Amino acid sequence: MSLLKPGHRGCAGCCDALAGKFVLDALGEDTIVVSPTGCLEVFTTPYPESAWGVPWIHSLFENAAAVASGVEAALKALGKKNNTKIVAIGGDGATLDIGLQAISGAFERGHDFTYICVDNEAYMNTGVQRSGATPLYASTTTSPAGKVSFGNPLHKKNMPAIIAAHGSPYVATASVAYAPDMMRKVKKAAEVKGPTYVHVHAPCCTGWRFEGSKTVEVGKLAVETAMWPLYEMENGVITNVRKLKNRKPVEEYLKVQGRFKHLFTMQGGTEEIKKIQAIADWNVKHFGME
Amino acid sequence: MRRRMVVVEGSYAVAHAVKVCRPHVISAYPITPQTHIVEELSQFVADGEMNCEYMNVESEFSAISALIGSSAAGARTYSSTTSQGLALMHEALFNASGMRLPIVMTVVNRALSAPINIWNDQQDSIAQRDTGWIQLYAEDVQESADMLPQVYKLAEDEDVLLPAMACMDGFILSHVYEPVILLEQSLTDEFLLPYSPEFALDTKNPMSFGMLADPSTYTEFRYKQEKAMGVALKKIEEIANEFKDVYGRYYGGLVDGYALDDAEIVVMAMGSVVGTIKDTIDELRKEGEPVGLLKVRSFRPFPTDAIRSALKNAKVVVVLDKDISIGRNEGALCTEVKGCLYNTDIRAPVIGFILGLGGRDIPMSTIKKIISKAKLVEKGIFVESEIADLREDLA
Repeated sequence: MSLLKPGHRGCAGCCDALAGKFVLDALGEDTIVVSPTGCLEVFTTPYPESAWGVPWIHSLFENAAAVASGVEAALKALGKKNNTKIVAIGGDGATLDIGLQAISGAFERGHDFTYICVDNEAYMNTGVQRSGATPLYASTTTSPAGKVSFGNPLHKKNMPAIIAAHGSPYVATASVAYAPDMMRKVKKAAEVKGPTYVHVHAPCCTGWRFEGSKTVEVGKLAVETAMWPLYEMENGVITNVRKLKNRKPVEEYLKVQGRFKHLFTMQGGTEEIKKIQAIADWNVKHFGME
Repeated sequence: MRRRMVVVEGSYAVAHAVKVCRPHVISAYPITPQTHIVEELSQFVADGEMNCEYMNVESEFSAISALIGSSAAGARTYSSTTSQGLALMHEALFNASGMRLPIVMTVVNRALSAPINIWNDQQDSIAQRDTGWIQLYAEDVQESADMLPQVYKLAEDEDVLLPAMACMDGFILSHVYEPVILLEQSLTDEFLLPYSPEFALDTKNPMSFGMLADPSTYTEFRYKQEKAMGVALKKIEEIANEFKDVYGRYYGGLVDGYALDDAEIVVMAMGSVVGTIKDTIDELRKEGEPVGLLKVRSFRPFPTDAIRSALKNAKVVVVLDKDISIGRNEGALCTEVKGCLYNTDIRAPVIGFILGLGGRDIPMSTIKKIISKAKLVEKGIFVESEIADLREDLA
């Protein structure tokens, strides 16, 4: 049985549950998990039940990296660090927005831990409000599409680059739709000494509005359209990029999600989709995906 | 054994006391007037005199957050902060207490902005009253240092398990040079045993910390914190006595009286102003004034019974506060003293004075003026609560 045990309260098709399971499958029992506030924390630990088969701590929304660094310092001071892996698993709001300062501090201090961002591109736990990870034109409850709006007007923050700028020895992007690739990267991140980072793209059926059976399918479309590039960075240098043989147009990714539906019904939507296509094109060029 | 007194800065005495308590992890962010404490600790670490992880974090919020992780992993932890830094920690203070993590922190009391002011009052820790932290207030440098092994022993007690603030007045105590006895390592090792919690993050025995509690369980978590504070109330006295047995020094447990037995006017206060009050009482006693002092050492847990019993013969109670609840025109200690007397037969009038805000000096003349106002109560002139020593040109 997985170390993330069944019986939790995640939605059917939940991306966070997949991510949590893959992380623990990759790392095993000698792991301590720190969770900020978010879906994964809430649905896995309704007192007195816990789905976690490893030591787990949740403190607050914005401090998971600081808590993880404190756990690491304590294990070192107590002579108990050995090979124990310390992993923070946070959502995009906890990572790109409210927890950014604590993450910056922890990476600067060089603690031996791994931060995993499970990015479902909005505040899902509170009801699909926009975050700094929400992509252009996604309709969320605080960036809704409307008569004079195509939805979120801002671009997604480039978090892996921010972490790389801290001098992290290993930064990778992954997707819950590519489990073996994700598990390999998580394992590698945990094995590399120092503060490492894996940014996991995680399609949320509830927030993105698609059927729970399609989580992996939607995740694959993000990669196949180059909306989510998969790469690794070692000591600031891109070392491994997943190439695309038959790149699909972004419409194929957008049209299966309710959050982008307005782009196909509103006047002028086609023109705006071109701006999203331009993001994919930039990714292909920047990361050398062809 | 002959005890050698040395003249050192208050911050050094406190840092030295932290050192002999052997914390595993220290995490702090610099802020005036706490800086000298963390500088001294950093130097101890740099000189190899302390075997601990010292974390230079990027904010007070991360300072306390890191210690939440460290303490949950089974480490003895320490931080120090003040004022804005303590206010920044606010959210995490509730969290540390709710998870029953016995983190110890020196609060070097300072005023809060705006207007920005680096000098002493006690608004910062008073504003954290309801966070579930133990709060003890020191009168002088020796007590500020001696308080540390006492609060570690208290916080880490398996029937308490609550975080604790050891409060000392900024500058007045942190930056003053006084003759003190530095805490001996051997005595401290005898007094304060290593911390070995029953529950910790341990990969061989996985447990979950900080879970979601819904309406069917949340209340009981709060009830258990309150019950632990009740245990702390008893332990503070016991630990103060144990400290006396080992080190030979005693400051009172929850409260301490001075010229109290026959006092008709009882002055109550917390922190360094207690020294000024004692000197004032000495003078007034020579003039035959029946004035005494009730020093409050523990503000959380609040020593309701001890205060009731100490005030049973008082004719007038005068409470001095270095904080103000704006909109109530009263300091916290005054409000709480009134609250704890209401359901008793004690009907001595309680009058409150707010003073020393933002570091304004509190000379003996101010204390005398306040006491003379207390005497007017007997003539029917009653001061409910007021700010003392207001400048007429600015007020």
